[in-house]
Amino acid sequence: MEARDRGGAPARPLWTIGVDIGSVAVKAVLMRDGEWIDRRVAPTGWNPGEAGDEACAELLRRNALDPEGLGRTVATGYGRNAVKADGRVTEISCHAMGARYLFRDGDERCGVRTILDIGGQDSKAIALDRDGNVVNFLMNDKCAAGTGRFLQNMAMMLGCTLEDFSALPDIEPHAVSSMCTVFAESEVVGLLARGVDKRALSLGLLDSVASRAEGMLRRVGLHEPVAFTGGVSRSRNLVGLLERRLGCAVRVSPDSQFAGALGAALLAQKQARRGRSAPEAR
Amino acid sequence: MHDIDTILETMREAIPAGPVRIKEAVEAGRKVVGCYCAYTPYEVIRAAGAIPAVLCATSEKPIAAAEEHLPRNLCPLIKASYGFALTDTCPYFHFCDLVVGETTCDGKKKMYELLNRLKPTYVMQLPQTVSEDAVEQWRVEIERLARRLEEALGVTITEEALRREIAWRNEERRTMTEFYALSRRNPAPISGRDVHMVNEFFRLSFGDPEALELIRTLTLRLRENYDAGERRVSPDARRIIVTGCPTGKSVEKVFDAIEENGGVIVAFENCGGIKPSYELTDESLPPYEALARKYLGIPCSCMTPNDKRLDLLEGLVGDYAAEGVVDLILQACHTYNVETFQVHERVGVPCITVETDYYQGDVEQLATRMGAFVEMMG
Repeated sequence: MEARDRGGAPARPLWTIGVDIGSVAVKAVLMRDGEWIDRRVAPTGWNPGEAGDEACAELLRRNALDPEGLGRTVATGYGRNAVKADGRVTEISCHAMGARYLFRDGDERCGVRTILDIGGQDSKAIALDRDGNVVNFLMNDKCAAGTGRFLQNMAMMLGCTLEDFSALPDIEPHAVSSMCTVFAESEVVGLLARGVDKRALSLGLLDSVASRAEGMLRRVGLHEPVAFTGGVSRSRNLVGLLERRLGCAVRVSPDSQFAGALGAALLAQKQARRGRSAPEAR
Repeated sequence: MHDIDTILETMREAIPAGPVRIKEAVEAGRKVVGCYCAYTPYEVIRAAGAIPAVLCATSEKPIAAAEEHLPRNLCPLIKASYGFALTDTCPYFHFCDLVVGETTCDGKKKMYELLNRLKPTYVMQLPQTVSEDAVEQWRVEIERLARRLEEALGVTITEEALRREIAWRNEERRTMTEFYALSRRNPAPISGRDVHMVNEFFRLSFGDPEALELIRTLTLRLRENYDAGERRVSPDARRIIVTGCPTGKSVEKVFDAIEENGGVIVAFENCGGIKPSYELTDESLPPYEALARKYLGIPCSCMTPNDKRLDLLEGLVGDYAAEGVVDLILQACHTYNVETFQVHERVGVPCITVETDYYQGDVEQLATRMGAFVEMMG
């Protein structure tokens, strides 16, 4: 059935954009009346504002929309203040909202209670209540331990790519004890010099990330179902190691990388609907 | 309506003039006693005719110098205190005749040993529990301080002077308490950043009656203008109480993160805020006993047990209709950091702990954390 406003005339479709400016990639999502229409991912580069604006413009261009037809844009991520937007919301709220969308069971039920989000420079554990509202969250402290950046550095050390980390054979990981990116580097150098298998070491590095994530998830209050969002969730091996540590299933989606942008676009829908004269978001 | 902005501006401008006022006082023959902590019985120092001056301790600038002598993973407040003294960049330290310290924590009491090499430092042995024995012990310590001041400054502290200063300090506490109570209104009549600035102004007014009068006028004007409909704070702002470690310049980043992301700080349950001022000294008791009871009653995390802080915090959450609590921990402050668990258990509203130091590298992270905390309240 076609949506109609109170007068009975066909309502204008509500288009919104959510843009998530991460430290590595810009993710933008176009939405129409709560439905996911298009997406765009691009490297953040050295100018996060420009990269974000460009991603949004590209979505409008290829969907033949003019900026006036757009209801609202909400920005999130560390570069949220650098980009043109009508509202700015933190990654925590956006990932929660995005994860609810990605992992919804049936129509309404929220299919997730605990979210792990590992991005380029941040990792977060978010606890939701049964209705999907954020009730608690934890963020990593200011260092890169356990983040995508950590894995990227380690991949470079081992002369492989992040993708190689995902295609490792089922062998026992070799423990890496240091969480600090710099100390872990020296530890890895030492272990390689002692002839430790490179693949076991790679798994060990992933497992150290899993161990740190486990700590955060348990501290925030672990409830099933657990979902994993953010770019790092594309590593199948990491998901497996995390499931082994938590002793429960961890839900991932091929669209996990877009969770933040999706959440932002959904919040933009909500805010725009709350009155076309939507107040500036906090 | 612009009256309030003018008063706030006057106060803001008076803060950097603090060192000049101390210099002038010294040149006029006044003595200055440097202090760090809310447990310092100002009344005794004032009764000795000296000015109690809070020493610099809240900037990251002298920390690198301090780390030449002190461990790096120490509380930034202790490192800054020592660093300011070592580099002679704190005018109040420069001009003071004596420093009064207290054994509130391990880091401070050991730091005072080094500080004593730079300036005579008298350390009061603070009992760390509240009992009749402890009150008696603390009374003896305060009297010992009085004897030391008499000796160092060549004066006699009379009971009359003590009673006069107790009454005046109570007046100061009443004035500040009345000012703080404004924020019980909803929406709050004044931002937390401004409250913190007024605290700073009060701290650096050194007992000046005119400064206190200005705070009274501010309170009055805020109340009048509020009743006339002026709103300085958005009614949508989420009401936050800040608790935990002492605050100051370098941790204002946390207040900015709260208030620039949809929150308003309605109360500071810290040493520089409500904690040391919400209870008065009993003017009917013998002065030293009255002071011992008053100061020992400050619910700092160095006390054990410290249920009183949790009671205070719980009360403030109700009185100020707080929607969230931000528990501010300075790196390596073990007592507050451990008490965090009980704080989360007790407050009954969403609570977030932020551990930070004086460096400004986590400003972006703080904005995300405080922003998300406010968003969490819906």
